Amino acid sequence: MKQTAARKQDEFHELASIVKKYRGREGVLIQALQEAQEMYGFLSRELLIRLAYELDVPLSEIYSVVSFYALFKTEPVGRCHMEVCGGTACYVNGMRDLLEYLEEEYSLRPGEVTGDGKFSLSTVNCVGACSASPVVKIGEEVFGEITGRRLKQLLERYGNE
Amino acid sequence: MINLTIDNQQVRVEEGASVLEASRKLGIDIPTLCYLKGLNEPASCRVCVVRVQGRPTFDAACVLPAEEGMVVHTNTPEVLAARKQILELFLSDHPFECLTCERSLNCELQRLAKRYGIRDPYPGGERNRFRIDDLSPSVVREPDKCVRCRRCVAVCEEFITADIYRMNDRSFQAVVGPAFNGSLTETPCIYCGQCITVCPTAALREKDSSALVWEALADPKRHVVVQTAPAIRSSISEEFGFPVGTPVEGQMVAALRRLGFDRVFDDCFGADVCVMEEATEFMERLKKGGPFPQFTSCCPSWVLFCEKFYPQMVDNLSDVKSPQQIFGALAKTYYARQAGLDPAQIFVVSVMPCVSKKYELLRPEMKASGVQDVDAELSTREFVQMLHQAGLDLKKLPKEKFDSPMGSASGAGILFGATGGVLEAALRTVYEWLSGKPLKRLEFEEVRSREFKEALINAGDHELRVAVARGTGAARRLLDQVLEGKKDYHFVEVMACPGGCVGGGGQPIYTETSDWNEQVSHRVKRAAGLFELDRSKECRKSHENAAVLKLYEDYLGRPGGQLARKLLHSHHIRRKLYAGESLASKA
Amino acid sequence: MNDVVESLDELVARIKPEERHLLFCGGVPCLSMGCRKVREAVLRELKEHNLTGKVKVLEAGCIGNCKLGPTLIVYPEGVIYRKINEENAREIVREHILGGKLLEHLLYRDDSTSEVRHRREDMPFYRGQKRLVLRNCGVIPPDIDAYMSNQGYAALAKVLTELTPEDVIEQVSRSGLRGRGGGGFPTGRKWQAARAAEGTEKYVICNGDEGDPGAFMDRSIMEGDPHSVLEGLTLAGYAVGAGQGYIYVRAEYPLAVRRLETAIGEARKACLLGDDILKQGFSFDVEIRVGAGAFVCGEETALISSVEGTRGDPHPRPPYPAEKGVWGSPTVINNVETLANIPPIILNGADWFGAVGTEKSKGTKVFALAGKVKHSGLVEVPMGTTLREVIFDIAGGVADNRRFKAAQTGGPSGGCLSEEHLDLPLDYESLREAGSIIGSGGLIVMDEDTCMVDVARFFSNFNYQESCGKCTTCRIGTRRMLEILEKITSGEGGEADLDRLESLAGLIKSASLCGLGRTAPTPVLSTLRHFRAEYLAHIRDKRCPAGVCPGLARHAILEERCRVCGICRNVCPVGAVIKEDKSYRIDPDKCVDCARCAQECPFGAIRGRKRKEQAKA
Repeated sequence: MKQTAARKQDEFHELASIVKKYRGREGVLIQALQEAQEMYGFLSRELLIRLAYELDVPLSEIYSVVSFYALFKTEPVGRCHMEVCGGTACYVNGMRDLLEYLEEEYSLRPGEVTGDGKFSLSTVNCVGACSASPVVKIGEEVFGEITGRRLKQLLERYGNE
Repeated sequence: MINLTIDNQQVRVEEGASVLEASRKLGIDIPTLCYLKGLNEPASCRVCVVRVQGRPTFDAACVLPAEEGMVVHTNTPEVLAARKQILELFLSDHPFECLTCERSLNCELQRLAKRYGIRDPYPGGERNRFRIDDLSPSVVREPDKCVRCRRCVAVCEEFITADIYRMNDRSFQAVVGPAFNGSLTETPCIYCGQCITVCPTAALREKDSSALVWEALADPKRHVVVQTAPAIRSSISEEFGFPVGTPVEGQMVAALRRLGFDRVFDDCFGADVCVMEEATEFMERLKKGGPFPQFTSCCPSWVLFCEKFYPQMVDNLSDVKSPQQIFGALAKTYYARQAGLDPAQIFVVSVMPCVSKKYELLRPEMKASGVQDVDAELSTREFVQMLHQAGLDLKKLPKEKFDSPMGSASGAGILFGATGGVLEAALRTVYEWLSGKPLKRLEFEEVRSREFKEALINAGDHELRVAVARGTGAARRLLDQVLEGKKDYHFVEVMACPGGCVGGGGQPIYTETSDWNEQVSHRVKRAAGLFELDRSKECRKSHENAAVLKLYEDYLGRPGGQLARKLLHSHHIRRKLYAGESLASKA
Repeated sequence: MNDVVESLDELVARIKPEERHLLFCGGVPCLSMGCRKVREAVLRELKEHNLTGKVKVLEAGCIGNCKLGPTLIVYPEGVIYRKINEENAREIVREHILGGKLLEHLLYRDDSTSEVRHRREDMPFYRGQKRLVLRNCGVIPPDIDAYMSNQGYAALAKVLTELTPEDVIEQVSRSGLRGRGGGGFPTGRKWQAARAAEGTEKYVICNGDEGDPGAFMDRSIMEGDPHSVLEGLTLAGYAVGAGQGYIYVRAEYPLAVRRLETAIGEARKACLLGDDILKQGFSFDVEIRVGAGAFVCGEETALISSVEGTRGDPHPRPPYPAEKGVWGSPTVINNVETLANIPPIILNGADWFGAVGTEKSKGTKVFALAGKVKHSGLVEVPMGTTLREVIFDIAGGVADNRRFKAAQTGGPSGGCLSEEHLDLPLDYESLREAGSIIGSGGLIVMDEDTCMVDVARFFSNFNYQESCGKCTTCRIGTRRMLEILEKITSGEGGEADLDRLESLAGLIKSASLCGLGRTAPTPVLSTLRHFRAEYLAHIRDKRCPAGVCPGLARHAILEERCRVCGICRNVCPVGAVIKEDKSYRIDPDKCVDCARCAQECPFGAIRGRKRKEQAKA
């Protein structure tokens, strides 16, 4: 038991760089959380507790911030995380159909991960590529004029990576 | 000075005054809900909206600074309609359980709904449904009743500094709660219950133990004894139409007898024993040279605060138990022996101005008698409710006396109910022991205060630096200074709640003001009755309490002796903030 | 026109490959259409012809005419190729660069005349614009050298050597510049207030939290001309007396964040940021704060909370940020576009700027055109230009030659304008009077296939989800508004719901704590005002005239398009299509909404649930 506990602690050793950078500084909680999410993909309860101790910030404050901002994730995402843009232009140009398609073909709804852990889906506020609507964002890359077929191609490509 | 016009009336106010204050000066009461001046001013509930001429939208009067020449309308049809609509929105996301709600008739939302004559609730509409958190032994959270005023956030962050609550999530689902909207048991909550005393609704309330007590009282096999905390005798009076702070010790004893308690004892007796032990411990520390400061340990929330937030300081906490636990241990040993009862047969109830005591009695260390020393605690509010249920009106009851052998107290024991009182009580004894002379002047005015205060006392060859921290927030500031080496004390008293136990989390909820300082003043007024009782006592020092001396003579031996240590002392635990301990609740 | 083509041909033929450079549009829409791959193809092709390094290949910010992406401009002649793929890229290298020939099939053709338009300035999309803010966007790469060779940092140099902070404020005040983020508050007055406010520390913040769905001008400026933003912010800092600036950028704009980071590094290196800028005794530095996904953070007081690292909770005003902002210090918050206006104002003077626009709304405004419009993208026009000029003259009108129905301006805080407003001058006051706002400049064109009740529902849902949840009217009110709209769009609304909706909207507008709440009802109020008949159709007739609302989107035949061919009747499996005198009609009682008719109709005359099929195709 002790060993697993030790390994578990080790799991967050990378946070040390964040802690070193931000501990004791005011107004940096969001940045610290962003960097932690970048490292670990999502902000688990254990990670947040660890940050609360190490940054000396109340856990309540951390959770309050995490639960407020849409881009903080408290659940793991798939290896390929897709964000379907829900901006006005995308909405008018078929964003709902893309979501319907993903649900029908992949049983994937916003906020969910596929059973094999490959894909996850969320909607995102306007990414500002309205002219290419509807658009899908994977990582930092934005893909424009997406149809069901194009989406399938993308998923095949990313699914195999 | 600023001149403005409100509802066609001229008014002059100081610079910086709000429109709300200006209106109240004119006798116009603008309603508020979230506002608690000086503590919580988020301007979020919007029920205080007014129309200021020339401004495009309504303004929240609570935070709008009065300006020269401002023309304000507070009761036009559009303003009244807006307030009504806002209240309707509130009610559309609130359970309609007023008839069965603990805060019925003392609920700020209900009062506003009545005041604005809300007759047609909003039709339909989704209502938030959250889980009730009743896992903690002290505080029950029912977020469905939360109005998002954030007063609990503010009192916990600013005054208590345990920082349990925040606004979580956003949009319609945004709600006040601990991290992960989880249970208080997973947080560094110290169960002081201050959040309850500022909550305008029943979203926060104590865990009710009265059913347990009624059951015990009805059980012929049980010998039920009760101990009443010092603060109770001057706090219940306001619930029965007496002026705030009126001491009603005799009526209280009479009421408890009529409720069916087999013995009515005084927790102040426990307080006197506590002083004996704590003073002895202090003398030993003086001899050994520390560790200093010695912290009082009679407030379980403070003890928990120290254990969680300053684990490195737990050795500074006095290891003497609180009066409640001392009493419980003695009731099931000393008294049991005297009365020829089996400790398991005795059911000890405490009546306290506190909800943290519900937690304390469940601590695993509190079984000095072999069984749980204190079986149930009633807060002042639960106690008052029981008196109402039993049809007992203090105004109509005679004055009666406590039972012996644990019913007599010195003035010092009574002082435990007010901030600074524990320190003063202890010093009365310590001084005399150190100087060998009886203390002539008994009042240490410099430490009896509402703020963090310190004093220097010359006792014999010793110069004692002592301090009182009012609230755990003040304690935090004091501790940080001690840790940084900026301050240096021998003896420090800490009480978690404003004004000490008279302002406890289990006390009657005062909703007549929207000003935090006024609210604290109200609570502090309850202490006046305690000081009055102290002055009226012939015996004002714990070490002169004959019943206490008899206890040592007949049973315990000397203070700090072997039996005393076994029964009356405890140890403290270095805790983690987020470890999450589970204490099985008895209820 | 022919002359131009001929001379251009000659010009193209005469230029040696080494004298050329290629400029790709690196805006997100072009990137989303695969322009990086096209660029790689160009580089490969150049390498094959040993032209690597000889022909420079640059990536600029957004060119603006996003529907043409991926686009490539060949300089020095400035010929623009549109919608190119990897194969086209190789062609351009071989034919144009090496062969000196224009590739006609990749050139832009005028919508109406089909004439070729070789260069940006020949296209109607650009001819009608006045590009002050977008002066560098899509023209130069977003680096400091390019910026400086286009008068970059000249305004800063001038200010630091010649002007006092008061002079700068005076210039900006006199120019009449007003906040481009939505409020329209005079920028000079804001600066003056912060300058006059007491406090040793002062801050300036660039608000790049462009949260309005459908708005992307700030993104384009930050990506395409980051130094203009930095210079504007530094000038603001100088005027106000601030030593520290923040740029608050949405996390949804990672490219903007990277370009700004690079720009800040370049500026520091060039002694244009940091201690003792240009050795003139003024020190100022900038830090980027990346948002984490909350629309409300575009609101000043919420943005301040977020910069301080907490929830984006708005605060009551007064006190205004100019008195008490970040860390309780006087703070000026200006929008990206506002700041990009500052350097040219300083360089060319207040009068030059004041000559553009209307009496009360000076200068230009960048609009992000999207939706059912032929040429979507960025359009910068003088304030006071009419909606018709923007949509029809510049952007080529409604896509697919459908009928114009509405223009949504100002995003979720704005409203919908109808056909009767087409000749409305676009300026702060006119739009407000018409029940909408300029807002940050999002302009979404809607055709007859758009249901206005659904649009109101869409924006209400957005506002509901983005409400911070602090004040009652917004937290519960926006939820209740959405519920009513959902009721109406699913066919369960009654007329009493309209009254309730209107009264709720009025309350939220007048009693909410911050700008988000106060403007959240605008989409509802404006559609109620201009498109009430559509609400009534949903309520009384249980019908969605645009065929959008799922519950009410029964299939129907549009008489004006129907050619009475009968295909729909033949394919209908349940015999719901009934022949009438001049058209067919669908019997709603029989119709099972299978959408076969809509798929098969060669004239697009059947309205109904057809979108899903399109998406799958």
